[in-house]
Amino acid sequence: MNYRSLLFIPGNNPGMLQSSDILGADGIIIDLEDAVALTEKDAARILVREYLTTFEPRKGVFIRINPLDSPYFYDDLDVIKDLKITGIVLPKAGVEPMTKLEEYLDEHDLDLEVIPLVETAMGLETALEIVQVSDRIIGLFLGAEDLTLDLGAKRTKESKEIEYARSRIIAAAKAFGIQAFDTPFTDTDDIEGLRIDTKNAKDLGMTGKTAISPRHVDEINKAFSPTEEEIDYALRVVEGVKAANEKGLGAFSLDGKMIDAPIIKRALNLLKTSGDYKEEYDELLK
Amino acid sequence: MNYLNNIDVRTVKVLEQSEFPSKSQPKNKLIENAEELIRGLGLKDNAVVSFHHHLRNGDKVLNTIMKEIQRTGVKGLTLVASSLFPVHAEIIPLLQDGTIENIVTSYISGDLAKAISYGELKGNIIMQTHGGRARSILNGEIEIDVAFIASPSADKYGNISGVNGPNSCGTLGYVIADSIKAKTVVSVTDCLVDYPNYPADITEDYVDYVLLIDSIGRKEGIVSGTTKVTKDPIGLKIAKDTLKVMEATGLLKDGLSYQSGAGGISLAVTAFLRDYMIENNIKGSFASGGITGYLTNMLEEGLFSSLFDVQCFDLEAIESLKRNPNHIRMSASQYGNSEVSAVVDNLDIVILGATEIDTNFNVNVTTGADGVLMGGSGGHADTAAGSKVSIIVSKLFSSRIPLIKDRVDVITTPGTTVDVLVTERGICVNPLRTDLIEAFKKAKLDIIDIKDLKAYSESIMGKPEPIEKTDRIIGLSQYRDGRIIDYIYQVKK
Repeated sequence: MNYRSLLFIPGNNPGMLQSSDILGADGIIIDLEDAVALTEKDAARILVREYLTTFEPRKGVFIRINPLDSPYFYDDLDVIKDLKITGIVLPKAGVEPMTKLEEYLDEHDLDLEVIPLVETAMGLETALEIVQVSDRIIGLFLGAEDLTLDLGAKRTKESKEIEYARSRIIAAAKAFGIQAFDTPFTDTDDIEGLRIDTKNAKDLGMTGKTAISPRHVDEINKAFSPTEEEIDYALRVVEGVKAANEKGLGAFSLDGKMIDAPIIKRALNLLKTSGDYKEEYDELLK
Repeated sequence: MNYLNNIDVRTVKVLEQSEFPSKSQPKNKLIENAEELIRGLGLKDNAVVSFHHHLRNGDKVLNTIMKEIQRTGVKGLTLVASSLFPVHAEIIPLLQDGTIENIVTSYISGDLAKAISYGELKGNIIMQTHGGRARSILNGEIEIDVAFIASPSADKYGNISGVNGPNSCGTLGYVIADSIKAKTVVSVTDCLVDYPNYPADITEDYVDYVLLIDSIGRKEGIVSGTTKVTKDPIGLKIAKDTLKVMEATGLLKDGLSYQSGAGGISLAVTAFLRDYMIENNIKGSFASGGITGYLTNMLEEGLFSSLFDVQCFDLEAIESLKRNPNHIRMSASQYGNSEVSAVVDNLDIVILGATEIDTNFNVNVTTGADGVLMGGSGGHADTAAGSKVSIIVSKLFSSRIPLIKDRVDVITTPGTTVDVLVTERGICVNPLRTDLIEAFKKAKLDIIDIKDLKAYSESIMGKPEPIEKTDRIIGLSQYRDGRIIDYIYQVKK
């Protein structure tokens, strides 16, 4: 599934947890890390477990565990390993943390997706290697606040200081056909600022964006939703593929442009995002 | 009176020159001593005195006057106050010593409400609607002996204005009926201005006395600076879904008439409605009720052609009332009196809250989850009855207490006038409104049976324990037309 929006839900906030399935986000990230004070870590684990075993689980539930260099990494994993969740967000991602996580998931035979959160200079520069550690990785997530701290860069609303980081994350993600999630926009009241920031990220190639405020979800979903023209084009690509397959043709052209596998894949991804995807399309690329 | 019928005009006595009148003089109405005034009024046991609530939780007039009346030793009074707030807890001793025996109001909260729920009022409390209060005063059902009108400004002849003075509160819509029908009308002010005081909400011809006191109120308790839309994501989701409901009714078109409360979710609905009206180039007819800055902005933007204002909720509303002729003062009778032509009868949509709603769509906004008085209809039942579509907006749980019950504690608004419930987990439509059910289906709006939504909420939160009450009835919930729709029981401490 393509996630346009991933909304952070503090793991120690019962009200937000209880309502997390109705806030419009494609996926949620239940946070056991930064949103939870050191004195609340145990309580948050218990609460999250209670929530996920009491309520009917929704699709797209990720949990951000604490990082490998904290005392809570394995405690978090032990508590959530049998929960019905989609996956894990790994903070301070690097090759070693990702490897340790992969080992744990293998050892416990857990079918979970992973989103490495790249928020250190080392993580950024080794993003390509991180992705290659595990097939469980479905996307890379840029964490700009910690990253700019690590870089000694001044964090601004214009976000010029993270253009390189954005591009590098996008390139690493695209190289392996996974999603690229942008850093959250932290001014919860500035919806216009969010709009500009999201557009900038999307124009560079981000495929989704994280949010720390439910009020940002609609704007993000809108920004990452295909336009009607894009959907029309994707449907025409699909029709073209069907026709070419029937004629036994390997390739075909549309509007004077050769349509190859990446374009077809992009069209299919777009239709999945727009909700226009049909099961029969599964056969098109085989 | 058949003034001239059956009178032989030749027999009518004509004044002699010596009997001709002298020039008339202004009446001397000004009194600067509360004790002197109250003694002079000569109130008897079981008298009926009235007050308005435009000064809300900043009001000092009711406490000051009632304590002065207590000193005269009269007992068994009926207090007819349009609303009572936490600030009025000061009169609890007057319940205990029998000075006040009965209370008639449209809203009550705070410790006074608790005291009444725990049985400290000797007589009964009647919970009315705003329109019902005006109706019962104007048609003589309630006969007020003295109306004490807290006046943000007055001149010495009794022209009262709500928009002038340091404690300005805007319109005085709730007290118009009192000023017309009370046997004696007293303006109580801390701001005496030169004659004539204008624009006058109540004119001198209705006022018998002007009492000057040090202070009628505390400004910060009267109006808020600016009322704000909720930032709560659940509230915003409910508001967004409510806009979808409103759109599906087909009423969001030119000529729309609309009312909502000043609560966070209701304001959010209004904010979304504004965006929708701009986007779709809709010009509404009027908005009504308690008025906020949100609605005055919409008036300025041309989204509504007029506002009917019975009560100003914030400073922006007061400012607008002063300068915009399309911002119209409205009495509680014009607002919701069921015996006359009323604004509510021309409302398309009203957005209302609920403390509880039951599976018959009856709504309680009178008592809380503990059965203790904490509110009242205000205009709830009036607008639900008059509007084409009444929409209740509420969270499904409040502090882990489910909204939907088998039977609400006290019926404030009958379910027969409640059309739609919007919660964060589903939209319910009253089965009586088959037209709406059909329209919502066409609009592909998911609706859920209220019984199923109740079952869902109880599966998560459980079913609350019943409220412990005594057998003693302490009051009545009176519908806007004067009929009684429910009892109010004393709560066990």
